[in-house]
Amino acid sequence: MSVIIDAIKRLFTHEGGSKEIAKERLKLVLIHDRTSISSEIMEQIKEEIIQVISKHLEIDKDGVEFSLEGEENSVALVANIPIKGLRRHKKKS
Amino acid sequence: MGKVIVVTSGKGGVGKTTAVANIGTALASLDQKVALVDADIGLRNLDVVLGLENRIVYDIVDVVEGRAKLKQALIKDKRFPSLYLLPAAQTRDKEAVSPEDMIGLCNKLREEFDFIIIDSPAGIERGFKNAVTPADMAIIVTTPEVSAVRDADRVIGLLEAMEKEDSKLIVNRVRSKLVDRGDMLSVDDVLEILSIELIGVIPEDEHIIISTNRGEPLVNNNTAPAGKSFMDIARRILGEDVPMNIYTDKDDLFTKFRRLFKWR
Ligand SMILES: Nc1ncnc2c1ncn2[C@@H]1O[C@H](COP(=O)(O)OP(=O)(O)OP(=O)(O)O)[C@@H](O)[C@H]1O
Ligand SMILES: [Mg+2]
Repeated sequence: MSVIIDAIKRLFTHEGGSKEIAKERLKLVLIHDRTSISSEIMEQIKEEIIQVISKHLEIDKDGVEFSLEGEENSVALVANIPIKGLRRHKKKS
Repeated sequence: MGKVIVVTSGKGGVGKTTAVANIGTALASLDQKVALVDADIGLRNLDVVLGLENRIVYDIVDVVEGRAKLKQALIKDKRFPSLYLLPAAQTRDKEAVSPEDMIGLCNKLREEFDFIIIDSPAGIERGFKNAVTPADMAIIVTTPEVSAVRDADRVIGLLEAMEKEDSKLIVNRVRSKLVDRGDMLSVDDVLEILSIELIGVIPEDEHIIISTNRGEPLVNNNTAPAGKSFMDIARRILGEDVPMNIYTDKDDLFTKFRRLFKWR
């Protein structure tokens, strides 16, 4: 009886299911919290990667984005580095 | 030699002081000699929740700074002959006590008491360090909410870094109806995320508000779901194997009737 009433109630309201959202948000935020990479270290990694890549490619330094992304139990450092053009290798004469 | 237990959380207002008062009285009613230590210096609360606020003469800072002996500062609870409170100072700040002071204090208390339960302030700064440093066991309190669980995770990490191996979780303010319809994290969800051992589940219970108003802990009240839950936790602390039960209020006919017609 009360099960039916609950089901009918749910039809007319938008309650239910917010806990799945809460759980997903929690998992994601904890991935960040638990990866104890400080913002200084992140900045440094970013600088060094930009240096290495700029040796070979012309990149848009202001457009570089770094983020930590997680799925289930693994974390990835994801870099988005926009390239302006390939640098032409000039032969030293 | 007594055991020192700290009750802590990270996030404020999740029920640490309520837990300390009720676990303390539950242990005392099980014939244990218990000292409750309020480490929330500057914002003392435990005295009020226990209804002992009018009996304070000396506080923890008086003891640390040598103005009073430990025995003089301990307040005996007349309702539970084996329950004592060491109150926090209200007019000082957390810097007035150091983690080393707390170790010294607790070592003295260990000689006299079976259990010393420390009420930690919210946060992860000095007051937290003071409360956690002398502890043999930590009880982390959370509610089934994103921010509280997140802060609990942080505190669990800090406790691990301090090599406090024995940490257990209380999930407080659980509302079974919300859990059932998928609008609140369940105890299992919280445990899956925090991977820590559970020591008890406390339902949302208006008896807590009533008992806090009165300054009377819940353990003598057999009809209060939260009171039964705290008693179970006390038994588990004593090593009993108590099945994990989420108690709910039995709805009276009127409530049932009202819920039937209330389409929220
Ligand atoms: N299970 C519960 N059901 C209903 N009310 C509760 C429950 N647990 C705690 N409360 C209420 O929540 C409020 C905060 O509780 P409490 O003071 O114990 O939290 P705290 O963690 O010690 O807070 P602080 O971080 O400020 O020290 C109080 O008003 C208390 O009565
Ligand atoms: Mg408190």
